[in-house]
Parts: sequence; structure tokens; C-alpha cells
Amino acid sequence: MTLLVQYTLIFASVLILVALGGCFAEHSGVINLGLEGTMLVGAMGGALTMRYLTDKLPTFALILLVILISMAAGALYCSLLAVASINLKADQTIVGTALNMLGIAGVTVVVKAINTAANPDDVSSVINYGAAREKFLVKLGDFEFSWFMLVTLILLVAAYVILYKTRFGLRMMACGEHPQAAASVGINVFKMRWAGVLISGAYGGLGGIVFIMAGASEWRFEYGVAGFGFLSLAVMIFGQWKPQRIALAGLLFGLFRALSNVYSSFDFLAKMDIPSPVYNMLPYIISLIVLAFTSKSSQAPKAEGIPYDKGMR
Amino acid sequence: MSTPSPYAIEMLHITKRFPGIIANDDVTLQLKQGEIHALLGENGAGKSTLMSVLFGLYQPEEGEIYVKGKKVEINDPNVANELGIGMVHQHFKLVECFTVLDNIILGVETTKGGFLQKDEARKKVMALSEKYGLRVDPDAKIQDITVGMQQRTEILKMLYRDNEILIFDEPTAVLTPQEIEELMQIMKNLAAEGKSILFISHKLAEIMAVADRCSVLRKGKYIGTVETKNTTMEELSAMMVGRNVNFHVEKGEAKVGKPVLEVRNMSVASKVHKNNAVKNVSLTVHAGEIVCIAGIDGNGQTEFVYGLTGLEPLVSGSVKMLGEDITKAKIRERSLKGMSHIPEDRHKHGLVLDYSLEDNLVLQRYFEPEFTNKAGFLRRDNIRKYAEKLIAEYDIRSGQGPVTKARAMSGGNQQKAIIAREIDKGPELLVAVQPTRGLDVGAIEGVHKSLISQRDAGKAVLLVSLELDEVMDVPDRILVMYEGEIVGELDPKKTTQEELGLYMAGAKRDEVKA
Repeated sequence: MTLLVQYTLIFASVLILVALGGCFAEHSGVINLGLEGTMLVGAMGGALTMRYLTDKLPTFALILLVILISMAAGALYCSLLAVASINLKADQTIVGTALNMLGIAGVTVVVKAINTAANPDDVSSVINYGAAREKFLVKLGDFEFSWFMLVTLILLVAAYVILYKTRFGLRMMACGEHPQAAASVGINVFKMRWAGVLISGAYGGLGGIVFIMAGASEWRFEYGVAGFGFLSLAVMIFGQWKPQRIALAGLLFGLFRALSNVYSSFDFLAKMDIPSPVYNMLPYIISLIVLAFTSKSSQAPKAEGIPYDKGMR
Repeated sequence: MSTPSPYAIEMLHITKRFPGIIANDDVTLQLKQGEIHALLGENGAGKSTLMSVLFGLYQPEEGEIYVKGKKVEINDPNVANELGIGMVHQHFKLVECFTVLDNIILGVETTKGGFLQKDEARKKVMALSEKYGLRVDPDAKIQDITVGMQQRTEILKMLYRDNEILIFDEPTAVLTPQEIEELMQIMKNLAAEGKSILFISHKLAEIMAVADRCSVLRKGKYIGTVETKNTTMEELSAMMVGRNVNFHVEKGEAKVGKPVLEVRNMSVASKVHKNNAVKNVSLTVHAGEIVCIAGIDGNGQTEFVYGLTGLEPLVSGSVKMLGEDITKAKIRERSLKGMSHIPEDRHKHGLVLDYSLEDNLVLQRYFEPEFTNKAGFLRRDNIRKYAEKLIAEYDIRSGQGPVTKARAMSGGNQQKAIIAREIDKGPELLVAVQPTRGLDVGAIEGVHKSLISQRDAGKAVLLVSLELDEVMDVPDRILVMYEGEIVGELDPKKTTQEELGLYMAGAKRDEVKA
């Protein structure tokens, strides 16, 4: 039971972080389909930090640095999306898809190159961070608390406050709903959208490092992130682009994902003798069903996906 | 400043050229402090260009702009804002899912350490709302309030920014008669408080009612400025169009024949909410009469027409044409049975914009033997001849004649092309949805004449209109639609615009039998 709660919380953290990332981009008017790629790039940034700095830094500084570098890597990667879709007015769906393909391929190449340079016999795309991973965990009896859970909670509250309580949030959401209206009251739509996409990249990058550290002490980067970027978009839609509802949706999807790790420890589930791939499929199947029923009443930002053009009125 | 200038804005000798056209040719506009000044002109007369120059969206080739006696360079809308110039756009610039208050403060928010402070803003908005009689609910979302309240929100937006010069771009197009009256009163209150108002319109009655002076543009040229108390509607319209226009639609008595269209208990689903957009509507249109469905935009007229013409399936009910049930008939079957449709959205349903004019003109007839030979190939020569005939008959103007891309034509000529196609088909029933939308006075006259000649030829005409003048002048019977139901049947000869407005706003309703 404790294990189920623990896995639910850590997977929910991933989904909530990445979904909030999608949420910021879309509220500013840009659809970020490149979250898969963004997660991977963020994860690589964090993993490399741990590989080289684990022994050299005190625990607190290491945790902080891993978080910051993952976020920075994600944001930097998403600036590609920003340039293409905001300044060059490219089709956001295509740019996002390209970012996903580039993400997995690029990260694999970089990690392999680093590995081979260190040891000519090593052609894998694996980074091991087992020693560092321990530092992120605090044992509370059976329950392994991860500092990432706290960080997620803080960033969740921050997202809510930024969107609904600040001038920045009000202006950004105006750009996602009706950019012409925003421009007519003197708001710089391009700037706001850039901000939305960069924040999106930061949240997505952090989600990436949380994901690969959720249950493993090393990661083979050519495996990607198992569709968690897209799953997070489902969480975002189910959460109707609102942080508080995204949190609940994230917990729900996190629970289903956690079940596949721990179902065998529940007697009644083990007795049912359902093959484990079924549990693995659950979050994806649930997301299909949920979206089929909820996407009709969707409250997506109205101007998302449409490049802003000053001349259009 | 030495002596205060009597003018809030002076735009002197403005000339703005676009490739191939002079949009503003030596135009002068002088708005006095505290007056309501109307800017009158047909579509394409250069009103929008002039306003875009004032807001810094375009830079004029010649001319100068003075605000309160000071020469200014406006190269960005923000500069205009800083000079105290505000505008209520024809299409509101409001964020639908924000509250009224959020929309008003957007861009000029009060903050403390980055956090929004709304209490003071709320007080200021309520005070302004009280002072000028602008009733709004600050916490309601834009998507839930009436168009009238949305417009008041736009006005409050300008007042909240302490704008002294207020520009209203075609503000009455979307309002009920009662709301128009209210707006006129608000404008007078604002002027009495010292605000200077520029009122862009092509509706003469409203200009006569509210404006102090009126400047007229025609084809980019400045025609003149007159005091409204020293002029008449006829004089203004002659200035605007360059000839005398007959306002009153000439028509004889209707010779009503057999029923052509019988709609019984029609319900059509809505795309935006779960309820039906059209609820249990029954009506009959006879040969030789024009029946008009009036109502404020968004009360189910669009969906009704979709159901009638086969663009959307019905939830329940039936449609009969000339006694034959066509409830489930395909769109082409309806067309072949004699239904013509001038659609509301001419770009979406009226034309294939990237096709040539001639192809658009045979869109519903290309398969007939006249235009397709037995082998299945198009008979281009006949299509060209037919197109040339229609172009001459209906005076459709375009750059390259039959081969012009529909996209490259002006809105008025696109509409003429659709009307030509739909009428030349020789329909028994003509469904015309806002056929004069976006057309200028001269073209409107022409459209009305064609509708009436259809009627006089013994055809049935169903007109759907949002324009009050059109509703009062053209049809023989008026049916008012409110929230998807027919709430009243009126005789245009006996009713008044006020009574019509009460029905349109849902304040009055009768039981109506088809």
C-alpha cells in the first residue's frame, strides 16, 4: 500500500509538472507538442550534472543544481519551438513533432558520444546516477519521500498564483485567448508567448529528470520517456488547463501508472491473474477513454495554435 | 500650451496610397472638443483607413495630425493610447473567458509586487459605471453577458484609461433598438462630460439623432462636413453615394399563392451548447411573398437555415417543399427541386474562393448537359458564355472577368456573383440569409430589387436579416426568432421598430401558428 502511494505520488509529480508546462505554453497561445523531446533533453541535462558533480557538491547544492539545469535545458530546447512558431509563424503541430524526433535522436547521439569519449568500448546511451539518486530520497518508515514531490507541490502552487493572481498571468492568458485584444491594450504578444514557451520548457525539462529517476538508477536514453509527454497533454486536457484540476488529473493517471509497478503486492489483484502488460497499458487506455468523453466540453485557450499576425484584425 | 485649441483631433490633408488605389485622398477631419462628430461613408470609402492612420497602423504619405493643438507623430497604437484616444472596435476586443473587470484592467493593471490589486480598480469601474449609466456586472464573464453589456465594457475600458477622445466604429450594428437608444443616451452623457466622440457609421437616422456634425467620405475623397441640424437625411445620403438614393423600397401588393415551403416542428441541435438551437419551429412561406425571419444574431437563425437547406440534420420535425417531403433530402436534391440559398457566410458556404468566377457561377449546375458533355468532360466554352451572360446581367465587376479568382474580388461583387447564380437557377424558393451584409447603400438597393422581382414573379422568398431597416422595408410578413423559437408574427406595415425590438429582446411574445 505504501509502495502504491509512493509510486502514485512520484508519477503524478511527473505528469503534473509536464502538464503544467503544456498549460503555460497553451495559455500563451502556443501548442507545445514537443514535450516528449523536452523531457528527454531536460533529463539529459540533469543526468549529466549528477554524473559529473555528485561527489563534488553537498546534497542540497546538488539537488538544487540538478533541478535548475534540467529546467534550463528544457527551456533552451523549447526556444527552438518559440523561434519557429512565434517568430517564423510555423505550424506548431509540425514543429512539436519535429522536436520530439530531434529530442530522442539528439540526446542519444550526445550521450553515446560522451560515453565513447570516456571509454572507447562503451557505445551505450546509458547514464548512471545511482549514487546521486539516493540523495533525493528520504526514508520515512517504508515510504521513500522524494524531494521532487515537494518541488512539484511548490511549482504547482506557483503556477496557480502566476496564472490567476499576477499581472503577468492575466496578460499571458489574454494572449492565448484573444491576442488582438491583448495587443490593442499595448501588450507585446510575441514577448508573452516567448515567456509561455520558455516556462513550458522549464516545467517539461524538470518533469523529464523526475521521470527517469522515478524508479531507475540509470537510464538508456534511446528508450525515450514512454509517451509521458503525450500522457501529460491528456492530463492537461482532462484538467481543463487549470492547475488545480491538473493536479487531480495527474494523481488519477499517476495511480494507474503506479498500479503496473505494484499490482502483484495486492492479493486480490494478483489472484485475478491479469497479465502485467494490461496494467502497463492502463494509463494510455484510460487517457483515450477520458479524452473521448471530455474533449467535447473542452475549454482550450481560443487562440492556441494560431500564429499571431499583427495585420489580422 | 498658449491658447487651448478648440479641436480635440485635427487630421489635415491626409493622403494614404496603397498599390493601385488611393484610400484617402486629401482627407480632412476636425473633431471639436466635447462634440459628437459622425464620420459617414460607404464601405470602401476610406473610413477604416483613416482610423488606422489615426491609430498609427498606417503611415500617411501626406498630411498632419494634431491632438489638442499639438502636432503629433503616431506610429504605434500605444502612442494613440497615450494621447488619450480610445476606440470601441466593431468586433469587440474582449477576452471571452475573462470577467468584465479583468478585461477593463488588462494592460493597465494596478499591482503590488507583481500581484494584481483589483479592489481599487473595482471601485473606479463602479464609480464610472454609475456616473455614465453604464450598467455592467464586473464579475460576470464576457461569454455570459449580452452584446450590449459587452459594448458597455468596451466603453468602460476607454473611460478607465481616462481617454478623452472616444471613437465608436459602427457601434449599433449588433444592438437591439432599445440598446441603440441606450447607447445614444450614453454617448450624449459622455459628450456632456466633455469627452469628444467620433462616431463612424453608415446609418443616417442614427447620425441625425445623435451627432452634432458629420463629415462625409466618398471613394477616398473628403466630400464635406455639415451641421446635422442644418441638413436632411436625403442630403447626407446624396453626399455619401454621389446620387439620390431611394430609401423606401418600392413594391406593390403581394399576390400570395400556394404554400411553397412548409416547416413543421423543426428542432436543430446547437454546436455550442447541449440544448437545441432551434426549438420546435413551424412556418409556411407561400408563392409570391417575402417572409423575413428577424432577430438578434445568435438566436437560432443560422441553425434554422442549416436545417432547412440540409447543411445540418434535424433533431425532429419535417420540411416540405411544394408538398413533397424533403426532410432527409440531400443538398443537391433540394437544389434541383428549386431551392436556392444565399448563405450567411459567403466565404464558407457561398464560394470556392480559389476557383475562378466562372467556375463559381456553375457550381450547382456544372453536371447539367449544357456544361458537361456525355464523356464527362466540362464544356468550357459554354461555361464561359454562361458566365459572361451573368456578369453582364448582374453587373459583377472583377479584375479579369470570368477567370478572376473569387478571392480577388471585393465583398460586394462576391455577393453579386452568389445572387446571380442562385437567382438565375430559377428557384421556386429563395432562402436569402443576410444578403446585404457588408454591402454599400447602392448595392443594397440592387439586392432588394432582385428579391422583390423574385416575389413578383411568383416565387417564395425567405429572408433572414439582422438589419432593422431591411426587416421593416422588404418583407410582407415578419417572424421574430428569439432563443430558437418563433415568438411573434408581425405585419411590417402595421408594426414599429420599437415593437419589433421588444420581440427581438424577448420582452414580448405571442403564440404563433404556422
